[in-house]
Amino acid sequence: MMPMQAQEPQTAASTQHSAVTKAQTHREDTFKLSEACPPSFEKLSNGACKFRSLYQLYPSLQDHGIGGLKTGLPDIRDGFTAKEIDLGRYLFFDPALSGDGSMSCATCHDPDKGFADGLGTSMGPNGSRASRSAPSLWNVGFLKRLFWDVRAGSLEEQMLGPLYSEIEMANTPENLLATLNNIPAYRDMFADAFGTNPADEITLDQIYHAIAAFEASLVSFNSRYDQYAHGYHDALNKEEIAGLNLFRSFVARCSECHTPPLFTNQETAVIVTPEPEGMPFDVGAEKTFDDPTMRAAFKVPTLRNIALSAPYMHSGALKTMREAVKFYNDGRGHAIPEGQEVRVHWHIWEPNMREEELDQLVAFLGALTDESMKPKTPEKVPSGLPPVSADAFQKKFTEQYLSPSMATTTPPDE
Amino acid sequence: MKTALKWLLPVIALAVGYYFGVAGQPAPKDREVTQTVSTNPLFTNSGQSSLAAGSGGSGTIHEVREGQLIQDAVIAAKPGDIIQVYPGTYHETVYVDKDDITLSGVVIEGEWPTLDGDSDADGKSDLNDAILYSGNNFLVENFRIQRFKGNGIMGQAGNNFIIRNNIIDDAGVYGIFPQLGKNGLISGNVVSQIADAAIYVGMSDNIDVIANEVFDSVAGIEIENSRHALVEGNYTYNNTGGILAFITPGLPIKTTYDVIIRKNFVLNNNHENFGAPGSTVSNIPPGTGILIMAADDVIVEDNIISGNDNAGITITDLNIFGAAANDPDSEPNSDRVTILTNVMHNNGNNPVTDIKALALANMSTRGPDIIDTEAISGPKGEGKCIVNGSRYRTIGLDNYGACDQAATMTASISTKTLPEPAAPYALEEGDVKEDFEKRVGKRGYYAVCTGCHAFEGTLIGPPVSEIQAIYEDEPEALADYINKPFKKRLEAPEMPPQNYLGRETQIAIAKYILSVDNSGK
Repeated sequence: MMPMQAQEPQTAASTQHSAVTKAQTHREDTFKLSEACPPSFEKLSNGACKFRSLYQLYPSLQDHGIGGLKTGLPDIRDGFTAKEIDLGRYLFFDPALSGDGSMSCATCHDPDKGFADGLGTSMGPNGSRASRSAPSLWNVGFLKRLFWDVRAGSLEEQMLGPLYSEIEMANTPENLLATLNNIPAYRDMFADAFGTNPADEITLDQIYHAIAAFEASLVSFNSRYDQYAHGYHDALNKEEIAGLNLFRSFVARCSECHTPPLFTNQETAVIVTPEPEGMPFDVGAEKTFDDPTMRAAFKVPTLRNIALSAPYMHSGALKTMREAVKFYNDGRGHAIPEGQEVRVHWHIWEPNMREEELDQLVAFLGALTDESMKPKTPEKVPSGLPPVSADAFQKKFTEQYLSPSMATTTPPDE
Repeated sequence: MKTALKWLLPVIALAVGYYFGVAGQPAPKDREVTQTVSTNPLFTNSGQSSLAAGSGGSGTIHEVREGQLIQDAVIAAKPGDIIQVYPGTYHETVYVDKDDITLSGVVIEGEWPTLDGDSDADGKSDLNDAILYSGNNFLVENFRIQRFKGNGIMGQAGNNFIIRNNIIDDAGVYGIFPQLGKNGLISGNVVSQIADAAIYVGMSDNIDVIANEVFDSVAGIEIENSRHALVEGNYTYNNTGGILAFITPGLPIKTTYDVIIRKNFVLNNNHENFGAPGSTVSNIPPGTGILIMAADDVIVEDNIISGNDNAGITITDLNIFGAAANDPDSEPNSDRVTILTNVMHNNGNNPVTDIKALALANMSTRGPDIIDTEAISGPKGEGKCIVNGSRYRTIGLDNYGACDQAATMTASISTKTLPEPAAPYALEEGDVKEDFEKRVGKRGYYAVCTGCHAFEGTLIGPPVSEIQAIYEDEPEALADYINKPFKKRLEAPEMPPQNYLGRETQIAIAKYILSVDNSGK
């Protein structure tokens, strides 16, 4: 049992994330922005929402936010106002942000799919497919570098990628501005959030700022693992504790890169997972840094809520957590295609774990799940377009562009 | 006389703790526990730092005997307790995720408590690590550890640790491996047959590695991506490399600096390299005495360095030695390396090919006492110096100045550990001063409660304003409810118990809830 797990509100009017009162929610047609900070954030006297966590009680070496159980977190992007964050929430779920109105940010970062989309490579407009997997956005406000190949240094810089990529949201800056400026509700909301006049044009920087504010509010630190870390050792069962001990052992070495409390050390690593059938070898961060020694290096992703975001790795080649764990057990460099020169990370070796040990690791990874601070999807967004979930988009995409046999999605791990 | 007194102090401290710990109980027969050895009296750091006297708690003593599980005692132990393990063989992984735990082996007439990773006696390791710890103020001593796959003793982020007087052989990848910790002492351990480093200080600060014996391993002692380390009086022999201070690129903490390597015996480190393919140490040439790679402000003083067949001391950079992907954030050069007086002889009898080629250019077939790979790469790094460089056979030291020995000698430095223990809690941020209970209460409230409770308005549970009206001035009662809620309202789901939060945290949260004004004004 997970204390504090998210539960469905009893009435449609109640909402989890924006702390909007019943009365306010009934007025959602007018899109009144929340004045309350999201859960986990304290509203300071200057209006800024400040992240609060029990992990802030603990130190960390060199203030780096990596360590063991009782270790402090790295810095988060916080200090946004409640209204900026709530405005970001509407933008995040609004398909008006895509060129043809067919998808929103949440279509590939669906809160009901661990803020990913359940696909190996994301589906885009007009039957296009991205070349990499949509990463989870849980705890993304802590990350200093974004994209699998770490080519972006901020959330604002990152979102330019999907917004304007032809195979993702396929918008243009001009069209995005024209669209939003023509929606009176957005005029009012931006003016309210930024203290400007509804007659003022909405700017791109305001859009990026609000979306970044919302993304940085997506925090998850109430898993059963966290209860264990804070000192309640009954929170994990025997198998999960065995998994934790494997996770941090120097046999499995998971925690060397997926380091608590964020479960990523924010570095890149060359591990070389296989590409799905028919996909070319992905050079990863080699391109970002123009450095052949970084060929096939990718960002170390967080493992928090990892059970929610199968399939795994940069192109989703590994369908389950069990497959992902087994990959590391199958030996250093076993999936390197012939002729590829790569410098495999030194922690990738021959751990020779037993089958039951792989199961224990998977059990432990399942204890990293926590959606207690999951935001609520708005029932309506200012454009009037219906929010497009991952499932809805994928169903339509499949009917239009894929034969049924190709459309089967992977069931998540048990 | 002073030294002898220092040596006695920790023993007395433990004995006092021992008597307090068992007050009211019949004294156990095995008084051998008082044999607990202090840090090595030969070295001046004893008694100087926060760790020398911090040897063990003063709580309850838990005795573990063969046939019992050490882990059961750890689970039963409270912070401050001492777990005494009697001679015998124990097949288990012991993990310590609590603060202030002492794990103390009791050695009786040469019989040791032994952690053995080969649980089915087929001669192969079945267990991964012998001892894992994350708690602060952890002390482990007097164990034999053998035949594990991973590590002998591994720490993750525990501060103020003491790892001493253990005998560790064939324990997998690392013998002793504290990581991401601050303020620690590793002394008097005997570590051998390790496939990577016998003693590996990784991403840590303020660590003393004193008077250990390390041999038959790939690397003897490693100081990696760490700062403020003293490596003193160790006996390192027959490893592939004896003592290494370096940076591994691609780790999140990117520097190594302020390392003193002093009064060590670095002898005959000519073992064949049996490091795992791809590991950093797999690149170490056999015959490496001391290796400095990309580390800064390293002082090498008063060591005896002999019989190392490749080179006595090697100073190099990441570009020469690296086999991992580049890291744009790692500074690759060794800067301000200071080589003071050392006794070096009989090094370089069988150099690797590259060194042999360099030696030949100097009309010699032998490897050097000291080499800087500037001989290959051209000038790298700055501020390097040596005392009496002409005493040694050297390659690539053309850019070394003469050290100001009086200014750089380290006699006044007795430890790199901290005078006061590293705090288990983060310091208050910014200029906001809150009492500790309020800090806990505020963070607990926002981190846990606000997922279901807003200040005003119903999310899942009732608003805080309503809770305040019900429990006004009764934080204890509110804490009771937080610990064990029951169904109160028809319209809301029953609150799940928050019993995983300790009583102190529950009280702190309750007090905060009753005081919070969430209006932001």
